[in-house]
Amino acid sequence: MFPFILAKIARAALTIVLVMTFAFVVLRMSGDPAQVLLGPDAPQDAVDAFRERWGLNDPIWQQYLAYLEQILTFDFGVSMRDQSPALDLVLERIPATLAITIPALILKIGIGIPAGVYAALHRESVADRGVIMLSIFGFTIPSFVLGLVLVLIFAVTLGWLPSGGQDTWQHAILPIATLSIGGIGILARFSRSAMIEVLGQPYIRTAMAKGLPWRDVVWKHALPNAVIPIITLIGFMVGALIAGAVVVESIFSWPGVGRLIVVSVANRDLAVVQCLLLVIAASMVVANLCVDFAYGLLDPRLRQKRAAH
Amino acid sequence: MADTAAIAAPRLLTRTRIRMPWLVGLAVAWIALMVLTAIFADWLRPYDITAMNLSARLLPVGTPGYWLGTDELGRDVLSRLIQSVRVSLVIAFGATILSAVFGTTLGFLAAQFRGWVEHLVMALADFQAALPFMIMSLAVLAFFGSSMALLVCLMGFYGWERYARIARGLAISASAQGYAGAVVQLGATPSRVYLRHILPNVASTLIVSMTLTFPEIILMESGLSFLGLGVQPPQSSLGNMVGFGREYLTRAPWIMLAPSAVIVMTTLSISLLGDWLRDRLDPTIR
Repeated sequence: MFPFILAKIARAALTIVLVMTFAFVVLRMSGDPAQVLLGPDAPQDAVDAFRERWGLNDPIWQQYLAYLEQILTFDFGVSMRDQSPALDLVLERIPATLAITIPALILKIGIGIPAGVYAALHRESVADRGVIMLSIFGFTIPSFVLGLVLVLIFAVTLGWLPSGGQDTWQHAILPIATLSIGGIGILARFSRSAMIEVLGQPYIRTAMAKGLPWRDVVWKHALPNAVIPIITLIGFMVGALIAGAVVVESIFSWPGVGRLIVVSVANRDLAVVQCLLLVIAASMVVANLCVDFAYGLLDPRLRQKRAAH
Repeated sequence: MADTAAIAAPRLLTRTRIRMPWLVGLAVAWIALMVLTAIFADWLRPYDITAMNLSARLLPVGTPGYWLGTDELGRDVLSRLIQSVRVSLVIAFGATILSAVFGTTLGFLAAQFRGWVEHLVMALADFQAALPFMIMSLAVLAFFGSSMALLVCLMGFYGWERYARIARGLAISASAQGYAGAVVQLGATPSRVYLRHILPNVASTLIVSMTLTFPEIILMESGLSFLGLGVQPPQSSLGNMVGFGREYLTRAPWIMLAPSAVIVMTTLSISLLGDWLRDRLDPTIR
């Protein structure tokens, strides 16, 4: 079990180093932040002073090593715009984003999985066809279209809900709805097919043949097995909690991580963008690691296979 | 080889021809309409996309001469919509092909050389999966500036890791089968084995994955353009029309609703077709 965990952790660390390197190389090679921040008409000595101040004159590998050294000491640099630490800027936005992504995740799981399982247990019924159609709509409608249509209906036409901002809890309703509808569709469809596959397995026939009530067959034999692939998908959704709301936050002017990404990218605020990339990649990688470990806890077969290695 | 192609082709046709549900038929018709619109955009659009008519601003849908209304500068929404369909489809087609070729090549390389090449390809695939594509594109586009060529290339990285994983897995299992071993014994070069023998045998799975990736690329491109970082004005794409139409949501919702409807119909049609093709053709799910 231990070598397995170590291998997974090493792989996760490698992925993060790759992301870090990518972020550094692409962002540094692509343009001159001094020109962008100071404007094209800035006097030459101001540009030189700026380059000196941010170490932009050193060779790229020296900048990279300095960058790695900083990260190992949890120093992510300061925003070039207002000098505040990049990490603080990112961290202070996370609660706002989580305030809409976590309720959306709960809705996705709470509605998507039961709908999918119900559809699988009542195949070819009206409810099944309804779930399939709704789920296809759910993931083919882009979030910006869905968000704007919801604004048009509930804010502009009916006037029930505010269209943007973050003042009261009502402001969170439309962003949460926009975020969750697509995910409910995806999760419902996925749970349906996972459940259908499990229901076709021989052990289900055995359970039915030995006379177990249908409810026990579903709850004790089918569901626990169908849950395993579903966990993978939920892992992705957990990984996207921080970065999954870029478009939705833009539509509803919600001051979360997504807005910060768009704004700092537009300002070419290198330190903040790098810090964001790293925080986002780290959250995705950690979520995937947790999924890998959850498999072991949920599925005794995998545990034994790993122990045998 | 010619023999197997001759046998495989009619079988593919008969397999696809039997019982195409009406919904899929409708989807195919819509896709055909969109492709024709993209090809004949220059003849179809009534006005130039930048032609302004300041005395006819924000005209509603159904105005004679401007059947889908006009935008804030008096430009014809229908003409812009036709041009946007062309731009969005060209980007999505280009990107889908790039990503399929790139991913499949890397997958085959991994299967052929194994060892460190395979580890490298898989590590890159992990990296791609760990960094949300939207975030990566935002960074790259904003820092390199947005151009059509860069946008197609960037979108060409969308989903490559899926093709790489599929191609690697299929190629490894194909090399274990008799036919690949036989042509190797006959002295075929690796490139001949992969391109002439293994590729035709795994093509259906790859094509299915292309039809599933295509709508996602349309959504990704329109999302970026919506945020103002994809296709740049005066050129227009479906996402960028929605983005600009958003300003006039209360006064002129048709500017935003027309391209939205086209995006949804197109991605819906391709998804329906892709699902149906997968059920028909993909041997791995049977």
